[in-house]
Formats: sequence, C-alpha cells, structure tokens
Amino acid sequence: MGPLKKIQYNCKKATFLIEKKLIGHITFREQIELKIHLFGCSVCRIYQKQTGKINEMVHQLFHAEANTDSRLDDNFKKDLQDRIEEELNKN
Amino acid sequence: MIAEYEQLNPHRWVESHADYLYAYTISRINDEEKAKDLVQETFLAALEKADKFEGKSSERTWLTAILRNKIVDVYRKKSSGLVTTDIHQAEQEQADFFNTDDGHWNAERAPQSFGLDDHDPVVHKEFNQILQQCMQKLPGLWMSVFTMKHLDDETTDIICAELKLTAANFWVIIHRTKLNLRDCLQKTGSDYGTIKENTVQL
Repeated sequence: MGPLKKIQYNCKKATFLIEKKLIGHITFREQIELKIHLFGCSVCRIYQKQTGKINEMVHQLFHAEANTDSRLDDNFKKDLQDRIEEELNKN
Repeated sequence: MIAEYEQLNPHRWVESHADYLYAYTISRINDEEKAKDLVQETFLAALEKADKFEGKSSERTWLTAILRNKIVDVYRKKSSGLVTTDIHQAEQEQADFFNTDDGHWNAERAPQSFGLDDHDPVVHKEFNQILQQCMQKLPGLWMSVFTMKHLDDETTDIICAELKLTAANFWVIIHRTKLNLRDCLQKTGSDYGTIKENTVQL
C-alpha cells in the first residue's frame, strides 16, 4: 500500500491530523493527505466538525468556570490569615 | 522588615486574594481539599520569598504565578512514573474505535451526528454538563495536558517542557483525549436523548 492509499483508508491517522491541525500545524504534505482522506470519508468529516465544536465548548466552559465564584469558607480563611500572622511574627 | 513589605501586604492577603486563588485552582484541579492546600502553600511560600518581590507585577499576579507553579507540580506528579492504571483503562476504551487492519472506524463506534450542533440553549446547557462528566473520566495526565492547552492557552513547547513530555507524546495524548471525550459525549448524549424521549412518551 502506497503512502497515499494508507492515509486514504486510515481514519486513525486522519483524526490524529485533524487534532494536530486544530491546535498546532501540520505539514503541507499532511494537509494534502488529510484533504484527500476527508474527501472520501464522511465519518471523519463528521468527526472534524464535532471535535472543533467540542474545543469551542471546552473553551467557553473553562472560561465561564473561572468567573463563577468558588468561595472558601470563612473559618478556613480565618485560620489561614492566623497562620500567616504567626509566620510574620516569627521574623 | 517594614521596607520589605512596602509592596506586599500579607496582613490582607487572605481577604484580598484567597477566594480568587481558590477559584483559579478549582477550575484547574477539580479537588476542593487539594485546592485549599495549594492556596495555603502558596501564601506560605510567598512569605518566604517576599524579599524577592520586586514590585514589577501586582501582588495578585505574583501570588498567582507562585500558585501556578504549584499546580504544574501536581500535574507533573501525575505524569511521572509508570503508566498509571487510569491511562491504561482509557486506552482500552478506545481499543475498538478503529479496525486494526485498515485503521477505518468500526461501525459501532463511528462518529454520528447527535445534536452537538443544536443551537437550543437548553440542549447546549445539557451538553455542557455531559462534557464536564466526560472530562472527569479522563486520566489525570490527559486532563493536565488538556487543561494547560485549553484553559491556559500554553504553547506546546511549554507544556512538553513542564510535564517532561516529548512532542510526539503530547500529540498522542491530545488525539486520544479527544477520541475518548467525543465518544463519551456521543454515548452519553444519545443515552440522554433516549431518556428524554421515553419521558415524553410517558
């Protein structure tokens, strides 16, 4: 099997390239290989669409989470500040 | 002593920064106890190196940088040593995604449309919850790589250097993480769809 045939039929390799392309870069040769694969493979075309969408969702989720206030309870905070004062007084 | 703390005010650290640092940690390490420990360690470490604070950045930025190093230490511990059982399990899970002979998707595990593109805000919210559940199933190392990439937008070089991964390793992890995450979303998403349909029928 020639290298082109190989990628043409290999979804594992194709999905790998899709991921690499999404957040990094792939070589010109790899781009051609991926294009040819996607042209003939509807399943990987679905994968490509979904994985991009997942990245968007993850990004939104992570950044929304960072804004929600997970708060420490007051007792913990008081103990913590006491601990800091204690360390400060040592010096 | 007083001059040393001209820029830093440890007497108000907890009041000013503890909640922020805690939220920062929780979004990166989903473990409340561990997060509390890290916040405490950060303040204590900061006291020790208070004399190295040059006032070039804000107090909060400086504290966050110390915390971030501690979080990366936790990630690093997860990535060192032998391949842990959770990674083995996660790899098993995707063993039958592709045909071993030709590398093509096996029909049962192949991607299908499942409403990920639904623009209904209710559906979107549900998928966010499923996504969180699916991320929690990821092995620690994979989640660390994933978080550093998608939450902190770190470059591949930095992630590899900090977690002591080769670039090849990094890409394998990114690929495998995504395969499992997508599969989990599809599986859980369609289970959820079935439940919803049944409820409607009742």
